[in-house]
Amino acid sequence: MNEIELLNWARGPGLTYATIIMVVGLTLRVFEILMLGRPHEYAETRSSGVEDGIKMVFKRSLPEPRNWKRITASYIFHVGILIVLLFFIPHTQLFRDVFGWFWNGWPNYIIDFFTVLSIAAMLYTLVQRFTDPARRILSHMSDYLAWLVTFLPLVTGYMAFHRLGGDYTTMLAVHILSVELLMVALPFSKLTHTVTFVMSRWYTGSNLGRRGIKS
Amino acid sequence: MSASFENGINTLKTLIDAPIAAYFSSCTNCGICAQACIFYTETDDPKYTPIRRVEPMKRIWEQNYTLVGKLKKLVGLSREVTEQDLQNTVELAFESCTTCGRCTMMCPQGNDIVYMIRRMREGLTAAGLAPKELQEAAVRTADTGSVMGFPMKTLQAQVNAAEKETGIKIHVDEPNVEYMLLLSSAEVMQFNEIIAALAQIFDQAGVTWTLSSKAHEAGNPGMHMGASEIEGEFIQRIVDAAQELNIKNVISPECGHAYYAIRWEGPNVLKRPYPFKVWHIIEVLDKLRAEGRIKTTGCETERLTFHDPCQAARRGGVNVPQRNLLNMVTCNFIEMNDRMACNWCCGGGGGMNTIEKAEPLMQKVFHRKRRQIEELDVTTVVTMCATCRNTLEEGIEANNMNIEVLGLTEVVANHLLKEKDND
Repeated sequence: MNEIELLNWARGPGLTYATIIMVVGLTLRVFEILMLGRPHEYAETRSSGVEDGIKMVFKRSLPEPRNWKRITASYIFHVGILIVLLFFIPHTQLFRDVFGWFWNGWPNYIIDFFTVLSIAAMLYTLVQRFTDPARRILSHMSDYLAWLVTFLPLVTGYMAFHRLGGDYTTMLAVHILSVELLMVALPFSKLTHTVTFVMSRWYTGSNLGRRGIKS
Repeated sequence: MSASFENGINTLKTLIDAPIAAYFSSCTNCGICAQACIFYTETDDPKYTPIRRVEPMKRIWEQNYTLVGKLKKLVGLSREVTEQDLQNTVELAFESCTTCGRCTMMCPQGNDIVYMIRRMREGLTAAGLAPKELQEAAVRTADTGSVMGFPMKTLQAQVNAAEKETGIKIHVDEPNVEYMLLLSSAEVMQFNEIIAALAQIFDQAGVTWTLSSKAHEAGNPGMHMGASEIEGEFIQRIVDAAQELNIKNVISPECGHAYYAIRWEGPNVLKRPYPFKVWHIIEVLDKLRAEGRIKTTGCETERLTFHDPCQAARRGGVNVPQRNLLNMVTCNFIEMNDRMACNWCCGGGGGMNTIEKAEPLMQKVFHRKRRQIEELDVTTVVTMCATCRNTLEEGIEANNMNIEVLGLTEVVANHLLKEKDND
């Protein structure tokens, strides 16, 4: 297989398989959660909890000032990755091809800025994983692997765009493959939180809301 | 059900529900919960990171309720939970956690960590691993209806004394009145001034109320142990007593966990709604205030602050009534920097104050509260939980702080407009 064939596989069948695994896997994970059911609430509640549950889904995305030292880098890479994913022009073109409609991308220099910023922030979160005692004691091999598969698309994308690391076609193929690796890992690791955070915030927010707690 | 390792594991399996599965799925091991926990911030020991307290439960969830976990177990990548694992968790779930729930308020994923710790305790108790002090408290409650073992006749003596002091008749087992009042053990013995205080407030407000000889305390060691069956038995006594007297409103004392147990866990462990409403005493007083039925005079001039009890405020949702009352009877009230749902725990709740082994750690973690109080330069701390009050008093004493601790009901009673004030 030469680099053209590799790129074609990554863009074609590879992407299809990765998408199928991601979608089926995430659906399975959500189903595994829902299947366990939520206990009925017998206590007389102060509210239905619906409003608080929905609010919590959004409110916990806002930074908690008490923890700024530990969350700033994490916020930067979460926001950075989303911007790069959703506003880099070639990405928006791909989504446009798939969905029939997508918004316009942002200029390359903005995307470049956020890519570098996200790479730096992710490196810093890795340092934190080693140095923050609580984070370190919680960390296992799976945490470092999850970090790696999230980090690779950023770095390979940056390298491909700037024609670094050899042949462009190969680098682009490697970038797409790294994204596919991330997609496949998503349902089977802690990266599932990209979807289940909505559920955990909803459960807690609505439970607390029923008891009249604003969170 | 006899306690055994298998029972522990089975109990944990049955207690894992959709919220818990969502919490474990979402946890990224970020460790931010540690920053929310006094046991970490005051010791710098990462073993106290809250989410670690439920580690065996996480493995049970993964191995039983996820495809990935089942595969991992099959190929030997995931170890089954052993008896030793459960024993190691006793320290983390019981002896270094007040179930204050501050971690829940800080988790970026919104994971209700203490919801899980409560169920982890349930599994450990089913495995026969509950700390002996909590088991003893449960036996005392079963025998006497009182967590500290004070029978009704002890309370009756306090009632008689309060009647003598106030000249107001205090009813016991009086049917068809508005409220049935429950107390905590600490209020029967140490803080018994609350009985006279309430008699005066209710007398002025024209509230009819009673105590019950069949259920005089609301303290519930079943909740601390995580023994729903035992918790349910104690709750059932209260339900029976209230029904017998045809009571429509039951009052929980100034005690955080008692309130949480009877207000929020009770109907769920019994698996049916109550035929009455449950109120924290401070909610009742605030309601009377709002209806203009409590008339006070003057105000507390001391510079004072308020300590929100975890189970009543953060977990129980009583955050505003205490502030309404404080604004009525104090004129120099300063809020703590972290308060209401984000208040720092005193370090004594969740059964911690009864566990002998936990005493040195309790003293250590009190320093968070000490700093929180000291930075306000106050002379008085008011609270609405007997356990917090005890812990605060002991911590203040041990640290040579010159601070008075008061119960809120008492503060309100002190400013009650007496008839002679009208003259």
